[in-house]
Amino acid sequence: MSFYSIIEQYREFDFPGFFAGVTGEMVARSLAREKLSPTDFLVLLSPKAGEYLEAMAHKAQRLTVQYFGKTIQLFIPLYLSNHCANQCVYCGFNRQNAIHRRKLSLAEIETEALAIAATGMQHVLFLTGESPVHTPMDYLSRAAACLKRYFASVSIEIFPLDAPDYRLLQQAGVDGMTLFQETYDEVTYQRVHLAGRKTDYRYRLDAPERGAAAGLRMVNIGALLGLSEPRRDVFFTGLHGRYLEDTYLDTEVSISLPRFNEAAGSFQPDYLVDDPSFVQFMTALRLFSPRAGITISTRENARFRDRLLHLGATRYSAGSSTGVGGYTQTTVAQSPQFEITDNRTVEEVAAAIIAHGYQPVFKDWDVIG
Amino acid sequence: MTEDLLRLGNVSFSNRLFTGTGKFAANALIPKMLAASGSQMITVALRRIDSTARSENILAYIPKGVTLLPNTSGARNAEQAVRIARIAREAGCGDFIKIEVITDMKYLMPDNIETLRATEILAKEGFIVLPYVLPDLPLAKRLESAGAAAVMPLGAPIGSNRGLETQSLIALLIENCQVPVIVDAGIGRPSQAAAAMEMGADAVLVNTAIATANDPEAMGAAFSLAVRAGRAAYLAELAEPSTAARASSPLTGFLHENQFGL
Repeated sequence: MSFYSIIEQYREFDFPGFFAGVTGEMVARSLAREKLSPTDFLVLLSPKAGEYLEAMAHKAQRLTVQYFGKTIQLFIPLYLSNHCANQCVYCGFNRQNAIHRRKLSLAEIETEALAIAATGMQHVLFLTGESPVHTPMDYLSRAAACLKRYFASVSIEIFPLDAPDYRLLQQAGVDGMTLFQETYDEVTYQRVHLAGRKTDYRYRLDAPERGAAAGLRMVNIGALLGLSEPRRDVFFTGLHGRYLEDTYLDTEVSISLPRFNEAAGSFQPDYLVDDPSFVQFMTALRLFSPRAGITISTRENARFRDRLLHLGATRYSAGSSTGVGGYTQTTVAQSPQFEITDNRTVEEVAAAIIAHGYQPVFKDWDVIG
Repeated sequence: MTEDLLRLGNVSFSNRLFTGTGKFAANALIPKMLAASGSQMITVALRRIDSTARSENILAYIPKGVTLLPNTSGARNAEQAVRIARIAREAGCGDFIKIEVITDMKYLMPDNIETLRATEILAKEGFIVLPYVLPDLPLAKRLESAGAAAVMPLGAPIGSNRGLETQSLIALLIENCQVPVIVDAGIGRPSQAAAAMEMGADAVLVNTAIATANDPEAMGAAFSLAVRAGRAAYLAELAEPSTAARASSPLTGFLHENQFGL
């Protein structure tokens, strides 16, 4: 069994036809249900449901407060390496980009860890490009073991691994993973991933499942909204999350909604997700999966992020740098993976969360094996 | 009349509302809620305690005189629960431990088997063990013989606010357990807390309904009143509700009549 078999069930499904047929009554009915079916979820993702945003937001807020309380879990990304053998047309680390490539030594990782720890952050997410030559398993395990000494929770956002390698990292102290499918549409997927191991759609699709099976307690998935028709990508993201929740009861599932920043980069996505659509997608996800974490990164601007914490968001990155060595080596050219639009410090983000009546949570885990 | 106290381990509690530290909009609300409710025991997840003190220390918000009940939230099996309990004790959190082993992140159902295993180990190590379980009488009896100081059956899934969905199963525990029965999880309203106490629960633990209320302080006070009312009714031996009208001339009345029918 793989989530792929669920995607296949929708191969012939007429999404535009379905969306065109959604009525106000259907939206009201789906909105009122306690447990939403995939069809209810699709109804709430329809253009028609965009007219019911306020009602969706109210229910999303109520469910989020019920299951998560008035709290926001904070984490910080740490880029270890930007070496990459993939050619993803939208990514700053694309192997064809003439950027300064480097990876942190273990000593440098420790220096970055100290700098991050000084901000009070306790949950760290480390990232690399996909280059098993530059960042092999041995390097990743040592990095994890090093970070474990400074942080309560260590997660990875790296290339997909085989099951034994997920277990290896889990034993080294990693407790969570983030991996975006980028798009669930296979045709678009092949069009934007031109070379490298990332061209293998299925291997990537099944990776969160391999991580969950290996005992990672938290799995964060997502699609890079804009590559393909976003309503469909959000729909499959939600179904993927529910599949993981149903199959791996002991795994906490979280969902990200990364989207292209209109202003940033030379890549022009086929679709742009505006703020109202973003809120619709996020609240629909909350209604479909009341217990799933919703992660909002610093791709989103400060003002917008402050509003989202009332609408279902539960996990925020803060004080982020998306360049290798970004926390200590300010003079080095940064070549970030993506542009950050919320540039506030950890302290400023925490203060904003408090000002909005929520509690910033720095620590909510212990790696106890 | 002697004071109605609940004794757990070596501590006596006059207030039978236990509370939690999760889900509050700010830790500063915790001491206010404790003062308003009079709650004398509060649970805290060890995973939330930052011993490095790089961020805010949640323990600093729990006044002296309130007993700390560290819990093993995050444990997926008995071994992890045991490890967390030992860490909690070493961190100075005392001997109380609420065992929470959850392998189901969807409904947050406790894993009764792993919970029993952890109880067996920790009770031997001198912990005052309060296991959080699905209400299952044979299991509760085994927990009791393993040395649990109480059993904590759930009323409904954590955070669900659905009340006493497991009422008839909890009633069996109340009737048959020697150790105190503390209803934990699912209680969303003061009236539900009162109902649990009326049926003979020894205490209730309420977190979500208080922490996520618009005014946690006032809601804590409301729950405390409800728990007192329910307890008082239980002690006063509540009359069982009856579906049939009681005949004013009892059917067996003749047995007590004298030969003259008087």
